[in-house]
Amino acid sequence: MFRGFGLELAAGEAAALTGANGAGKTSLLRTVAGFIAPARGRVAFAGPAGPLDEDEARGRDVHLVGHQEGLKSARSARSELLFQAAWTGGSQASALAAAGELGLTPLLDLEVRRLSAGQRRRLALARLLASPRSLWLLDEPLAPLDARHRELFGEAMQRHLLGGGLILAAVHDPLPIPARTAPLPA
Amino acid sequence: MKLLWRLYRRELALAWNGGGGPLLSVGFYAAVATLVPLALGPSPERLAATAPGLAWVALALASLLSLERLFERDFEDGALDLIALSPTPLEAVAAVKCLAQWTAVGAPLSLAAPLAAVALGASPSLAPLILACAAAGGLAFAFVGGTGAALALGSRRGGLLIAVVVLPLLTPPVIFGGGAIDAFAAHLPWRSGLLLLIAYALAAGGLAPLAMAAACRNAQS
Repeated sequence: MFRGFGLELAAGEAAALTGANGAGKTSLLRTVAGFIAPARGRVAFAGPAGPLDEDEARGRDVHLVGHQEGLKSARSARSELLFQAAWTGGSQASALAAAGELGLTPLLDLEVRRLSAGQRRRLALARLLASPRSLWLLDEPLAPLDARHRELFGEAMQRHLLGGGLILAAVHDPLPIPARTAPLPA
Repeated sequence: MKLLWRLYRRELALAWNGGGGPLLSVGFYAAVATLVPLALGPSPERLAATAPGLAWVALALASLLSLERLFERDFEDGALDLIALSPTPLEAVAAVKCLAQWTAVGAPLSLAAPLAAVALGASPSLAPLILACAAAGGLAFAFVGGTGAALALGSRRGGLLIAVVVLPLLTPPVIFGGGAIDAFAAHLPWRSGLLLLIAYALAAGGLAPLAMAAACRNAQS
């Protein structure tokens, strides 16, 4: 799909993955998340104490929010948010706080099927804030969001970076935070 | 463990309110039990002789009905990705999904099976054994069927593929269960059939999660 791509991301850094449609942005994110084994090359994780075991790091310290949010349309927004947050290691209190921060509190009793694309995306993004994991892999995270919520989520990303987090986001529009651009080879 | 319990409750809730899995299977089962006398004729002797076997075969087919979506939905809507990025092994997730499937579909069917058999004219003394066979068999069907569902992930015509993959694996439990019921009705030793059925269900419960997890990982790449 692509070759000759290298990227090193340090704590507190964000990188915007750019490239034409079909360049392999989603595939790269899924490779980092461990779903796709690279034909050549490798993905390595390191913590303050040195290299980390890949499976361990992916299981405990990686968030992936892609085009499919993993939300069940027949369930209430609240139950889905609480499940996603708990499954990734967050608490109920932190999940509800995250929902408040992204302006989801009035929507929590609705079924997911009643939410708009932007509201669904915010619901999926809320788990990033609810359960602390260092590396955020985001696939077009802001595409369905309106201007106000782009700004709100931008602030959340900023805070994540200040706390030593890492963000790798596939985007077409610039991110609302300072981020290195990492173009995928055509 | 707490997370798996949460997943189990979520799966149950989804089975109950998302597309009527249990109602569909039990409805299908009731339809078969109603149509059989119409097709075979109303002769009570003939019905009584075929009732336990028919109840048993219909059970196997009814439990296949809702299996297609066991992993497919999670795969399509991205929930499988979320579930995979966790310290909880995918094998345990697969096992929990099958157990939830059994609770939602297998258990109601196990209750329906003796009812249907007795309604068709089988001796009421057979009912407890049919219940036991249906419960153990349902567990085997859930795990074996789940393997088929995981292998069919991402393919069009998944349902057909599941049937082709799963049918040969369903024959042993059908034979064991049917044999036990027949033997009991004929006052012959019947315990070995039931024990073999339980053994098969346990073996499926131990091995199938490995296959399901591998198949899911393969589909996700």
